[in-house]
Amino acid sequence: MPGDAVDTAALQRWLRTFAASVAEQRDHLTALDAAIGDADHGANMHRGMSAVVAALDTAPATDPAALFKQAGMTLVKSVGGASGPLYGTLFLRMAPATGGAASLDPETFAKALRAGLEGVVARGKAELGDKTMVDALAPALDALDAALAAGEPLADALRAASAAADEGRDATVPLVARKGRASYLGERSAGHQDPGATSTALLVAAAATGLVEQDDSS
Amino acid sequence: MKKLLNDPADLVAESLRGVERAHPELRVDHENRILYRADAPVSGKVGLLSGGGSGHEPAHAGFIGPGMLDAVCAGEVFTSPVPDQMSEATKNIDGGAGVLHLVWNYTGDVMNFDMAAELAAAETDTEVQAVVIDDDVAVEDSLFTAGRRGTGAAIPVEKIVGAAAEQGRGLTELADLARRVNDNTRSMGMALTSCTVPAKGTPTFDLPDDEIEIGIGIHGEPGRRRVPIAPAREIAPMLVEPLLADLDFTSGDGVLVFVNSMGATPMLELHLMYAEIAAILDRAGVVPVRSLVGPYVTSLDMAGCSVTLTRFDDELLRLWDAPVATLGLRWGM
Repeated sequence: MPGDAVDTAALQRWLRTFAASVAEQRDHLTALDAAIGDADHGANMHRGMSAVVAALDTAPATDPAALFKQAGMTLVKSVGGASGPLYGTLFLRMAPATGGAASLDPETFAKALRAGLEGVVARGKAELGDKTMVDALAPALDALDAALAAGEPLADALRAASAAADEGRDATVPLVARKGRASYLGERSAGHQDPGATSTALLVAAAATGLVEQDDSS
Repeated sequence: MKKLLNDPADLVAESLRGVERAHPELRVDHENRILYRADAPVSGKVGLLSGGGSGHEPAHAGFIGPGMLDAVCAGEVFTSPVPDQMSEATKNIDGGAGVLHLVWNYTGDVMNFDMAAELAAAETDTEVQAVVIDDDVAVEDSLFTAGRRGTGAAIPVEKIVGAAAEQGRGLTELADLARRVNDNTRSMGMALTSCTVPAKGTPTFDLPDDEIEIGIGIHGEPGRRRVPIAPAREIAPMLVEPLLADLDFTSGDGVLVFVNSMGATPMLELHLMYAEIAAILDRAGVVPVRSLVGPYVTSLDMAGCSVTLTRFDDELLRLWDAPVATLGLRWGM
């Protein structure tokens, strides 16, 4: 449907909304990481997304591919740790999947996200159930695809994706980590929510609330 | 939190300014957070690059200099540096013989060094090889985890490969040598207290006064198990026996015994631990031929120690003894 076009302005809103929720949840992300990692996820994601917003302000990209590339490179350059290459790769892999279009239909946007997920999996070698960001992102993209295939408008499909990401995030609590720093804890990592899945759920939620903001008000 | 700080966000940058003022034998690129030996690149020598999160001082910058590393990339506290830093450093230490990346095995470090090698391959014709250092036996089931962590082994790996690089050996030979030292090294650490990451401001984990954490990492990540505090003579075997069970240290030409402070444990206690450890090694028929005692791979202000054993052969021993001039290790020159 015509209101569902994902253009550069919509994608900017998505990234800005994500940056704002990372800023707001910064201490929460760090506290989750302190329990099973090294207590820096909130600070690192906040530093990275602040840099992404600064780049949007100073050199706004003119098409979705350029925007994804800019966001990905900025994250790779500014975050470090595992989150930098993983979130960076997510956006970098989305860029070519847009085919250079100025505006993406919902299916192309979903396809780009899928390419991003594949990049994350290739970079981090994590599988579903390893207690990582994949546990939030993979179910979110499955829900997004299913909703779009059922003919739902993008706003509803993104809400379904966000609900699935939240469920995936919550489902990381009992898991034993098999990737990343939390894996060193073995069984002791069970009982804690994964910080990477938590920030990824914020990313998907930001799409649901930020990306389609204008559609909601029309 | 009680620390010597201005703004925690400026800690790494401001500390690098101090390194530059205090140590003119190092060159500091503040923008990229890279530290170089002043005469890099050394023509005809393989460049050695390492790096990682800050908070492990004197690692990593304390091991730059003749006989050891050519450059180090500094990340935020406990956070891997980024690929741009590594590819920039790689270009600047290539003396025409290629560059060896010595990567401590942590998920973030490995991914960022991987991306840096991809960037370097796309942008320059510098030949790059990488060796991952993973010596921490506290990580069991390494097939189901991110693998053994890189800890104390970095010191003998960087020292021995650094000495061999000064002799003009080639990139592939040095990479093989790095793997050989790594394969002959095992480490195990323990914590008496948590560290406090400045950006967080509170201890990373709570450890009651009467408990210690065995199998600790170097980032405040909790270890494998907690046990009641015990006399040092009972703690020493908890660290040494897993090493001896993992590798036969009685073969070969003796071992390097490296007792490392996690940051806040004084030398007085470290040497007491050394005596306990040496007694266990004596009983096990393991012959210490070299020792290293002190804070070398720290975890901010954590109290505790780690033990690293490296099985030497004649060649590794000679390369360990070769001259080195860094902030952290200095002998023979």
